[in-house]
Parts: sequence; structure tokens; C-alpha cells
Amino acid sequence: MTALVADTRTLTGRSLRHLLRSPDTIVTTAVMPIAFMLLFVYVFGGAITTGTDSYVEYLLSGILLITIASGVSYTAYRLFLDVSGGIFERLRSMPITRASVLWAHVLTSLVSNLVSLAVVMIVAFAMGFRSGADVIAWLAVVGILVLFTVALTWLAVVAGLLAKTQDGAIAFSFPLIFLPFISSAFVPTATMPGPVRWFAENQPVTAIVNTVRGLLAQEPVGGDIWVALAWCAAILAGAVVAAMAAYRRRTG
Amino acid sequence: MRDLEKSFGDVHVLRGVNFDVAPGSIFALLGSNGAGKTTLVKILSTLLAHDRGTADVNGFDVASQAGEVRESMSLTGQFAAVDQILTGRENLVLVAKLRHLDNPGAIADSLLERFSLTDAASRAASTYSGGMRRRLDIAMSLISGPPVIFLDETTTGLDPEARLEVWRTIRDLARGGTTVLLTTQYLDEAEQLADRIAILHDGRIFANGTLSELKALLPPARVEYVEKQPSLKEIFLAITGQGRSRDTKETS
Ligand SMILES: Nc1ncnc2c1ncn2[C@@H]1O[C@H](COP(=O)(O)OP(=O)(O)O)[C@@H](O)[C@H]1O
Ligand SMILES: [Mg+2]
Repeated sequence: MTALVADTRTLTGRSLRHLLRSPDTIVTTAVMPIAFMLLFVYVFGGAITTGTDSYVEYLLSGILLITIASGVSYTAYRLFLDVSGGIFERLRSMPITRASVLWAHVLTSLVSNLVSLAVVMIVAFAMGFRSGADVIAWLAVVGILVLFTVALTWLAVVAGLLAKTQDGAIAFSFPLIFLPFISSAFVPTATMPGPVRWFAENQPVTAIVNTVRGLLAQEPVGGDIWVALAWCAAILAGAVVAAMAAYRRRTG
Repeated sequence: MRDLEKSFGDVHVLRGVNFDVAPGSIFALLGSNGAGKTTLVKILSTLLAHDRGTADVNGFDVASQAGEVRESMSLTGQFAAVDQILTGRENLVLVAKLRHLDNPGAIADSLLERFSLTDAASRAASTYSGGMRRRLDIAMSLISGPPVIFLDETTTGLDPEARLEVWRTIRDLARGGTTVLLTTQYLDEAEQLADRIAILHDGRIFANGTLSELKALLPPARVEYVEKQPSLKEIFLAITGQGRSRDTKETS
């Protein structure tokens, strides 16, 4: 157990160095969601009726999820480089705890996504986002975003392990980035036609978006928060199982 | 190693490989491209599971005592496995930390010195030449001084000077008591370095002995005007049967 902690710390230090030496990955991660935010608030926003005072307050929670979905693709990319560049095999031939290799990538993903989320939040504040949420609500928001990040990161691990090309490694994130568009993230689901509405209301993004939005707006999140947590836990469990299978497949 | 077998699907790559390597000696495994050298080295370094037979490294079974095997050996793979983003020194410190050694910085510095990389120590490994990267790669394998070292086509792609340097390193290792198993498709490399040479062909060891023993395998009766020692190349071609047909392909 102490070896696992020590090895994970050493390898996380290595990936964080990678991150520090290419800070553009954090900027790139934040640019797309910020562009969406500007586009929706200043171009489409006027025509969208959400029932809230300010559209940026409605929109932000979905934008945060898009930030995470695009951020985790770098984890797949970095893991793919390790696997294809031989570092992965070098580490596997050494007497280290094997789980530490993947955990280091997961922790690094968490750090880089939190930084990207902070950048997006700063822009949102500049655009007029305000929240009167108390510390408990903010902690709950951070907790859910962390859980969502870790769950999607394990999906990224699967993609990074199985990919044959660099592009293939990051392609898994495209549907994840797209998913918020068919949810309550940008417009209320009530105006959507039947089947689309059914999908939107029953997919994970809507529950998570509604929870985060409710917490920030100091509204009750009673039912949504449990659905959101259940989705995150289910995605996490499924992704970890898939990652273990991918690891075994990759290592014969 | 006894009766080792390995298939990938229908491809029966190793069909019963037997050999022993004396402690402290240099053993060269010679084979053309696709003969199964890398497969064999990966099995010995616990990266790949074999189908049948047994293999021991430093007295430990690769299948049931993988942890002990990883403590006993170090692998320098066919492609240099260094972290391109980290500096040379950081690469060495990383491995020293993962091997849980005291004073990783001092270990790194002494290896940098020994491999003439001190001047390049604080440059990213991506800026290194092929020879420097290979030296760093080997240096990383020598941290913790394993009793057994595997070198898989270590000199492939190096210029002649870098190649001589690697040869010198390998001789030093053996002089220091390390057991070296190297694979190569260069006949002169085996001829120059190895105490014993085995030829891997068609999934089996076709010949195994010292250079002079292998020479003795050739039919002696040859009428020639100039007496000529058969080169290892001729022995190789005669044994693998490739010499008989005139469409012999040069190993690439
Ligand atoms: N993971 C794999 N899956 C399928 N075939 C493989 C795999 N690895 C190697 N092979 C095949 O096994 C044979 C031996 O490969 P290898 O051990 O790399 O040879 P060498 O190192 O001597 O050039 C080749 O025909 C190669 O195509
Ligand atoms: Mg090979």
C-alpha cells in the first residue's frame, strides 16, 4: 500500500511536469467551452427563454461539463503516448505497483481539469455570472464535478489504452462534448419534440447539469442530486471495469 | 529456458526454445527480422505470457515469480523508452525513485557522468541525438544494478560510432559481473561481443555455441585456393538454409 502511494506520487509528479511544460493544453481545453459560452450568451441567448434572470447563470453548469469532456481527452492522448512510446512497457518491466501507472494519469487529469474549470469560471464571472451559494453548496458542486471528471477520465484511460492512433485516442471525447447539447444544458427540455425530449431528460448530463445549476442558484436539488450521483457512480464503475479489461488486453 | 512456445493466433512464433545463459556472460541471440527475438525478450521480462514451457531469470520463474524476476533484471527494449519531455537527469531520477533507492539525485549524476551525458543533463530528451537517447535508455536500465540485463536490438539504427560506444558499455557490464542477453540481426555484433551465440530461426534455436564451435559446424571440406575462415554470416546462412538459394535476402 505504501509502495502504491509512493509510486503513484512519483509518476504523478512526472505527468504534472508534462502538464507544466505544455500549459497550452489547459488553455486549449478552456477555449472551446469559453467560445460556446460567448456564442450562446451573446448571440443565441437573447432568443432563448429559460425562466432565469440571466442566461449565463442558466448555461454555466453545462459549459463546465463540456470543459471536463474536452479536458479528459488529453489524458487519453498522454496515455497513448506512453503506450506507443515504450514508457509503459519500461514501467511494466520494473518492480513497481502496476496500478500506480494509471492512477498517476487519473490524478493529473483531475489537476488539469480543475485548473481549466477555474479558468472558465473566471470568464463566467467576467460575463456577469454571480452566485449566492454558501460554502456547502459550493463544496457539493466541486464534489460532483470532481466525481464526473474522475469517471470520464477512466473512460479516457480505456481510449488511451486501446487506441491505435493519436486521433483515435481523443475521438472518444467528441460524443461526450456533444451530449450536453441534447440535454437541459442550453435550453429547457420542455420545448423539445417527444423522443428527443425523452432522451434529454433521461441521459446523465441533464441530471448533473440541473444539480449543479440548482446548487449555484440556491434552489432545492432534492431528486436530481441522487440521480446525478448515481449516474456518476455508474459511469465510474463501468469505466474502471472497462479500463481493467483494456489493460489486460493491452498487456497480453 | 525449456521448450518455450508462443503463438499469436495462428502464428507459431516460438516452437520450443531451449537455452541457458551462464552468469556474467554475454549471450547473443541472432535472428533475422521477425524471427521472434523481441517476443522472447518480452516473455523473459514478464511483459508477455508464454503458452508452454518454462523460463527462469536469475533462478525465478517468469510466470509464477514475476515480481522477483522484475527485481532481478532490466530491459532495454527495441525502441528507446525515455520520456521525451523530461530532461535526461529527470528521466534517471524518475527510475531511481521508482526503484525506491536512496539519493536518486546522486545516482542520476553519476550515471550521467558515466554515459557522457552531463552536459546534456538538463535538456529535454527530445533534443537528444539517437545515440544519446540510447545511452540514456541504457543508463536508465542500469539503475539499481540488476544482475541480468536484456538488450533488444540495442544498436539498430545507431551510427557506427554510437554503436561502438554501446558495445563498450556492454563489455563493461559483463566485466562487472552482469549477465547480458542481447538480440541482434547484425552478425558482426554477435561475433564481436558474445561469449556464446544462439541462432533463432523458424521458432527454434538452430545452433548454440561459441563462435569457434559454430564455425566447426560448417562442413570443412572446401577446396579453395585461398584459405579463408568462414565468417559468422556464412555459418548463419548455411544453418538457416538461406545460403542455398541464390535469392538470399540481406537482413535489413
Ligand atoms: N502482438 C503481436 N500480435 C501478433 N503477432 C505478433 C505480435 N508480436 C509479434 N508478432 C509476430 O511475431 C513474429 C516475431 O516478431 P518479433 O518477436 O518482433 O521478431 P523480431 O524481434 O525477431 O524481429 C512476427 O511475425 C510478428 O509479426
Ligand atoms: Mg524485434
